[in-house]
Amino acid sequence: MAGLKLDGLRKSFGSNEILKGVDLALADGEMLVIVGASGCGKSTLLRIVAGLETPTTGRVLIDGRDVTDLDPSARDIAMVFQNYALYPHMSVFENMAYGLKIRGLPRAEIRAKVDAASALLGLEALLERKPRQLSGGQRQRVAMGRAIVRDPKLFLFDEPLSNLDAKLRVQMRGEIRRLQRRLKVTSLYVTHDQVEAMTLGDRLLVMHKGVPVQLATPTEVFERPADTYVAGFIGSPAMNLLPGKLGRNGTMVTVAGADIDLGSRRFDRPDGFPVVLGIRPEHVLLDAAGTTWPVEVVELLGSEMLVHAGRPGEAALTVKIANGTPVSDAIRASFPAPHLHIFDQATGLRMEA
Amino acid sequence: MERRTLFPGRLLPALLILPQLVLTVVFFLWPAVQAIRSSLEREDAFGTSTEFVGLDNFTDLFADPLYLAAIGRTVVFCACVTAVSMGVALVLAVLADTEIRGRTFYRTMLIWPYAVAPAMAAVLWVLMFHPQIGLVGAWLNRIGIAWDYKLDGTQAMALVILAAAWKQISYNFIFFLAGLQAIPKTIIEAARIDGARGLRRFRTIVLPLLMPTVYFLLVVDLVYAAFDTFATVYAVNGGGPGQSTQTLVLKVYLDGVVNANVGSSSAQSVVLMAGVIVLCALQFRFLGRKAVT
Repeated sequence: MAGLKLDGLRKSFGSNEILKGVDLALADGEMLVIVGASGCGKSTLLRIVAGLETPTTGRVLIDGRDVTDLDPSARDIAMVFQNYALYPHMSVFENMAYGLKIRGLPRAEIRAKVDAASALLGLEALLERKPRQLSGGQRQRVAMGRAIVRDPKLFLFDEPLSNLDAKLRVQMRGEIRRLQRRLKVTSLYVTHDQVEAMTLGDRLLVMHKGVPVQLATPTEVFERPADTYVAGFIGSPAMNLLPGKLGRNGTMVTVAGADIDLGSRRFDRPDGFPVVLGIRPEHVLLDAAGTTWPVEVVELLGSEMLVHAGRPGEAALTVKIANGTPVSDAIRASFPAPHLHIFDQATGLRMEA
Repeated sequence: MERRTLFPGRLLPALLILPQLVLTVVFFLWPAVQAIRSSLEREDAFGTSTEFVGLDNFTDLFADPLYLAAIGRTVVFCACVTAVSMGVALVLAVLADTEIRGRTFYRTMLIWPYAVAPAMAAVLWVLMFHPQIGLVGAWLNRIGIAWDYKLDGTQAMALVILAAAWKQISYNFIFFLAGLQAIPKTIIEAARIDGARGLRRFRTIVLPLLMPTVYFLLVVDLVYAAFDTFATVYAVNGGGPGQSTQTLVLKVYLDGVVNANVGSSSAQSVVLMAGVIVLCALQFRFLGRKAVT
C-alpha cells in the first residue's frame, strides 16, 4: 500500500507565498492530476513531494512514512520531467540503468529490468542510441522507462507532454494512462492542460494562486465547479459567466435585462442578491422565445461553430452550435434551467439551492 | 539559412578589412618574416656583419643541452600551471554554482585576478613569498623550512607555477562556471532522484557534460602557460636562479635581447611559432567540437 499524504503544506520564497496550505491524500494506485494556470503553485507542490524543494511548513508522507526531511533519493519516487532530463552523454540503456546501478543492483538484474521496461515501451531497438538521436516521443518513452525500472512507490509527472506536438500528445496521453493502470503505481501528475487533466486523472485537484480550489473526480469538477475560477478554467470553450441579480424569491436571475428562470431551484437569498450565472456554450439554446444578443463573430470549429455575441460594454455570450445553423446579425438565446450554475458574485463560490 | 550582406565592387570590402590587415602585417607577418630570415643568418659579436648559414642555427639549437633542458622545463611548467589553474578553478566554480547568499559578490571577487597585470601579480607573489619580508616566506623559515626561491631552483619553479596559475584561475573559473550553468537543472535533479550524490554525481553526470569546456580550457591554458607567462616569470626571478625557471619564451628574450645572439634567438622564435601554430590548430579543432555538442 503506497499512498501519499500531504499535511498542511506551505511554501514561501521570501515574502512571496506560493503554497498557502495544501492537504491531500492519495489512495494506493490512484492517479491524481493537479491542474492550474502557470504560477498557481502546482509545480512547486510536485517538487516538494519529490524532495527537490523543502516546504516552509507541513509534512509529506509516502506510504505512511514522514519523508519531509529526506533526500529525493531516499523517498523511493520516480519523476518524469517536462524536458525529459535524459542524461545526454548516456545511451538509452545507460539512462534507464543509471538509478539501478547506483543502488548497487547486480548487472544481470539491471539488464533484466531494463529489458522488461523497454519491451513495455517499445524501446528495444533504441537501447544503444543517445538521446539526441531520438524523436520527442521516443525521448518521452525513455523518460518513462527510467521511472518504471526503478519500481518506485510514487510516480511524479511534471507536465511531461508539453514539449510534444498535438498529435503525439494525444497518443502519449493514452500510453501514460494505460501504463499507469497496468502498473498500478500511485501517481501525481501536474499539468496546465485541462484536457490532459480530464482524461488522465482519477481525481483532479484544481489549484489557483497557491490554494486548492476543488478536489473531485473529473466529472464532478466539470458538472459542479466549486467556484467561478474552476468554472472558467475547466471546459473549452470556457463557461459563460454572466453577472446578474436574484429575483422572484430566489427562483429567477436577471441577466442583461432578461429574466432567466431557475426551474425547480430556489435560492434562499434576498431579491437583488448579486450572483454570477454560469452556462456552458454547448448548453445555450437558440430559441425564438429567448433573449436577443447581437452577434459579433462566428468561428468555425469543424462540425461545430462558435458564436460570440454580446452588447458592447455588457456581458458577452459564447454559444456552441452545429455547423450550418443559419446565423444572422443577432441570435435569440435561451438558458435551460438544468444547466445553470449559480455563483455568489462577492465570493465566487458555487451556491446550492 | 545564413544571412549575408553582399557589398558591390571591390573597393569598399577592401577598405573595410584594411585596418585589420595593416595590423596583422605590421605586428605579425613582418616580424615573423624577419624572425625567419634572421634565424637563417649569423651575426658577428659587434653586429657589423651578417652571413647566411642555412639551418645551422637550428641544428646548433637542438644539439644544445641547455635548450633541450629548457624544453623539458617548459613542458613541466605548462603541465603544472594548467593542472593547478584548472583544478582550483573547477573546485571554485563548483562551489560558486551552488545557491549561496552573496554569490554575485563572491563570483565578482573570483574574476578580479584576471584584471591584474602579470608583473603586478608576480610582485604580489614575491611579496608573499620573499624569504625575509614575505608573509608566507618568512613564516616558512621561522618554522624551520629553508625557503629561499632565490637560491633553490625547485622552490623558484614552484613559485612561478603558482603565480602563473593564479593569473589563469579567473579565466578558467568563468568558463567552468558558465559550463556548469549550461547544464540543465532538471538533469541534476533527475540524478538526485536516481540517488546519485556528491562526488559520484559529479563524476558520472556533471564532468562528462563539462568535457567540451575542459578540452577548450586545456588548450587555452597550455597556450597561455607556454607563451603568455613571460612577464610573470621574468618579474619573479628573471629565469633564475641559474636557469631553473628559464622557459622557452624567457630563453628567446635572454638569448636575443640580453645576450645579443640574434640568430639563435630567432631560430628559437621560429620553433615557438611552429608550436603556437600546432596548438592553435588543436584549439580550433576543439572549438569546432564545442560548437557541435
